[in-house]
Amino acid sequence: MIFEYAPAPESREVVDIRPSYGLFINGEFVDGSGTPFKTVNPASEETLAEVATATEADVDRAVQAARKAFGVWSALPGSERAKYLFRIARIIQERARELAVLESLDNGKPIKESRDVDLPLVAAHFFYYAGWADKLQYAGYGTTPLGVAGQVIPWNFPLLMLAWKIAPALACGNTVVLKPAETTPLTALLFAEICQQADLPPGVVNIVTGAGDTGAAVVGHPDVDKVAFTGSTEVGRLIARAVAGTTKKVTLELGGKAANIVFDDAAIDQAVEGIVTGIFFNQGHVCCAGSRLLVQESVAEELLSSLKRRLSTLRLGDPLDKNTDIGAINSAAQLAKIRELSEAGEAEGASRWSPACALPEKGFWFPPTVFTGVSQSHRIAREEIFGPVLSVLTFRTPAEAVEKANNTPYGLSAGVWTEKASRMLWMANRLRAGVVWSNTFNKFDPTSPFGGYKESGYGREGGRHGLEAYLKEIS
Amino acid sequence: MSIPTASSNASLRAFLHGLPGVDRVGADARAAGLGTRSIKTTAKRQAIDLAISMVDLTTLEGADTRGKVRAMCAKAVHPDPTDPTVPKVAAVCVYPDLVAEARDVVGSSGVKVASVATAFPSGRSSLEVKVADTAMAVAAGADEIDMVIDRGAFLSGDYVKVFEEIQAIKAACGEAHLKVILETGELATYDNVRRASWLAMLAGGDFIKTSTGKVQPAATLPVTLVMLEAVRDFRDREGRMVGVKPAGGIRTTKDAIKMLVLVNETAGPDWLDPDWFRLGASSVLNDLLMQRQKLTTGRYAGPDYFTLD
Amino acid sequence: MSERLSVRKTYKLYIGGAFPRSESGRSYVVTGAKGEFLANASKASRKDVRDAVSAARKAFPGWSSATAYNRGQILYRIAEMLEGRRAQFVSEVAEADGVSGKKAGELVDAAVDRLVWYAGWSDKISSLRGSANPVAGPYFNLSTPEPTGVVGIVAPPMGPLFGLVSVIAPVIVTGNTCVVIASERAPLPSITLAEVLATSDLPGGVVNILTGSSAEMAPWLAGHMDVNGLDLTGADAELAQKCEELAAENLKRVLRPNGKTDWAADPGTGRMTAFLETKTVWHPIGI
Repeated sequence: MIFEYAPAPESREVVDIRPSYGLFINGEFVDGSGTPFKTVNPASEETLAEVATATEADVDRAVQAARKAFGVWSALPGSERAKYLFRIARIIQERARELAVLESLDNGKPIKESRDVDLPLVAAHFFYYAGWADKLQYAGYGTTPLGVAGQVIPWNFPLLMLAWKIAPALACGNTVVLKPAETTPLTALLFAEICQQADLPPGVVNIVTGAGDTGAAVVGHPDVDKVAFTGSTEVGRLIARAVAGTTKKVTLELGGKAANIVFDDAAIDQAVEGIVTGIFFNQGHVCCAGSRLLVQESVAEELLSSLKRRLSTLRLGDPLDKNTDIGAINSAAQLAKIRELSEAGEAEGASRWSPACALPEKGFWFPPTVFTGVSQSHRIAREEIFGPVLSVLTFRTPAEAVEKANNTPYGLSAGVWTEKASRMLWMANRLRAGVVWSNTFNKFDPTSPFGGYKESGYGREGGRHGLEAYLKEIS
Repeated sequence: MSIPTASSNASLRAFLHGLPGVDRVGADARAAGLGTRSIKTTAKRQAIDLAISMVDLTTLEGADTRGKVRAMCAKAVHPDPTDPTVPKVAAVCVYPDLVAEARDVVGSSGVKVASVATAFPSGRSSLEVKVADTAMAVAAGADEIDMVIDRGAFLSGDYVKVFEEIQAIKAACGEAHLKVILETGELATYDNVRRASWLAMLAGGDFIKTSTGKVQPAATLPVTLVMLEAVRDFRDREGRMVGVKPAGGIRTTKDAIKMLVLVNETAGPDWLDPDWFRLGASSVLNDLLMQRQKLTTGRYAGPDYFTLD
Repeated sequence: MSERLSVRKTYKLYIGGAFPRSESGRSYVVTGAKGEFLANASKASRKDVRDAVSAARKAFPGWSSATAYNRGQILYRIAEMLEGRRAQFVSEVAEADGVSGKKAGELVDAAVDRLVWYAGWSDKISSLRGSANPVAGPYFNLSTPEPTGVVGIVAPPMGPLFGLVSVIAPVIVTGNTCVVIASERAPLPSITLAEVLATSDLPGGVVNILTGSSAEMAPWLAGHMDVNGLDLTGADAELAQKCEELAAENLKRVLRPNGKTDWAADPGTGRMTAFLETKTVWHPIGI
């Protein structure tokens, strides 16, 4: 019998999108000097709002506001800063549904994920770092804030990345100028309203919107003491070059091409789930996505048939439908990149497979895709696709798995699936990656440090370690 | 791995312990994830009717009487006397000594009579007694036998004993369908649930069933998930379909619909049929009826409008 | 009778546990503080940099997976060997820096003590920098520091022994391997130190020491795609900026020069943590 799930859309009514948004500087919304840009719903291509572009002069105003606020904010007792952060965390919980809907509208991610993953983690992150604000002396990184933090975040987890940046910065006594991604500025602007609701002192958080130029102005501003960036390795390189010779402290959370390694003794059904979560969570727009499946040859066939069966149950479509598993690709540009790399995969001789999956006519969509017969030399095994595309490779021995997994300039994450604990730990020791998920994948928690090895960047976000990026070194 | 001969515990052990393990946290997460499916409007209506048609309406109390059983059976045939569009349930489930009574009421309505047997619920008796228990229920007109496995034997690694007992009961069933109750609440691990599922299927069970209803936890979502994976994989390998029956703890429409979602997305639509999936429950029926009426009338219903049998 | 003519030492490079001359065949004159001729030191080339990096890379798996106890023992052994050659180092440091024998002795002692200090860190830094993370779910979650990999070091021009030991020890004690560009001005103690390292159970390739022009070699090291970290302590501002820019190509972890370092001060953990990664391992907890 066919059990057809009726549409179950989350209501859009909970969020009130304004026709246009300004910059959030010194506690209020102000006009930007640049040409405003439109942010669209990637699932429908409908324009959601017009958003101001911050020029260098606007960024300068924001940095000045942050500098001025730094005196006040850093002088507050940690316990007071903590209370502001707790207050923000609570408001986020209170307005979670609104934020989740807005996130799904602007980003294209399924409401299931914005509601059950992003928003709970956002609130938890503020709660976690709120608690550190008056306990810094116990953390081991000193207690002196750096000053003004310039933060540039990506479009894949707009609000979560904002939380990862702002919560520790504020807890440590810094003030921030944050630039959200140009395709997903709306939740950051709603967060600005939350700062107002929380009576956060003006200038402690400033949000400047715009594209790459705005980001470059934030990073390059001479009065910025700290640069925190999450995004592509390519831009990360530019930033690392731009800050050379300065005293700016930098943390970079960049790309990845993670291996998800499945041994023949794995719990197969959970491994299949882990593979799905690894690469299809958030349409594969995840820097730590398990985009390379390394499966032991002896179970490759069985695993792949289970995986394909499972992928056939994925539901692609309206991000606001509560039953949607795969939402929209965030932008036309990203879709073009995914297509380009997928075509390269085919051209290089890998076999491409997708489940039967109707794509909506409007909007940016890409079906869940699996490439088999991939070898290390293929572009789809080396380059970050940042989309719902899995490359499947095989291995014979644990040593070969490690070798292949590490054979990449990236080193953000890795997955290991085996029921044998000693082998898991042996693998975990050898994988050159900042996060090793064993018998699970794509799990995040504010208490758990996250960040990469090699070209996946440096510095850690989350946990006690996450404080280091926002405090003056003790030497 | 080839299917073992059941000649020795060693060979059964080699097979059952060679099955892929089940990671508890992952299985729990998957079941919880499926539990968030939002089944509304037309889908809900479809699910409610399907769920009603899958109910094994059950009474398994020491205090059961002929009257109690007759009342329940009447309800099984006509769950909502005011609405003839409500489907009848799949079966009634009673103790062996009350099978005749149930048979008498359900008659040729199509509602099956199921009987627990084999020294239910503990299963602590000799094989002879269990076979006799089964034979008695079958003779009294049972269409289906819900047997319990010897959990003690299973946990002590005496797989041959469990296997042979199931085979013997299956033989005693004759035409009747055999549901094998694993009593998952006593098996402690999902690995054991998977192994017991395979053991029951290999020994010839037509259905695998989670629980007696006398042990907590009973039919949890993850346990049902593991069993659905087992029947799916068993069909892939052996070509034979085996049914699944979660029983115990399914109280609300939401619980029932979550089970259907689990079936739909794990074993697949082939199992979305009362022949292959049952819900062992009693109180869930009235909740299903209430929710159904809400969908029909647009008003929330109250318990006074549904029979208590 | 004439005075006995001394047998001079040839100062070569230290790469992969061996002492080769520069592949370029070049050397340069090293003079003492008063301008007197001390020796012709090898003037390493970019190819020597390349060879040193591959030696360091080759040594990394073994050294990084050695037990912390073992690494600590070896650093302590280096201290022992250095102490054993005290007289030689005192004379080299005195010549290089033009300081009194007493002062040079203090500097050598400080270098020995620093090695002993870092040796003890080998099996403690993980407890300090690692953490068990109480995640909100049924997961075991542990973060531990791991060495970054191959680290290039531009050693400080001053403090040819004490400064040198103070930059090498924190890098290797945690399991990194390194390529060191020795003080251009005073390279001789670095090669004598290499002789100590070579006889201290330290696997070849863990420390590689190049003498020559910092300005010539450092950019090659900074731009090398198989180098993971860069300590620019000994680079001047201009060279440091250039190297940092080059290091961006593969996102090397860069330790910037920090004005004048007081080597006698408590070094803290910063030089170790600059070249540590944090690895977080998740595992479900279930039955």
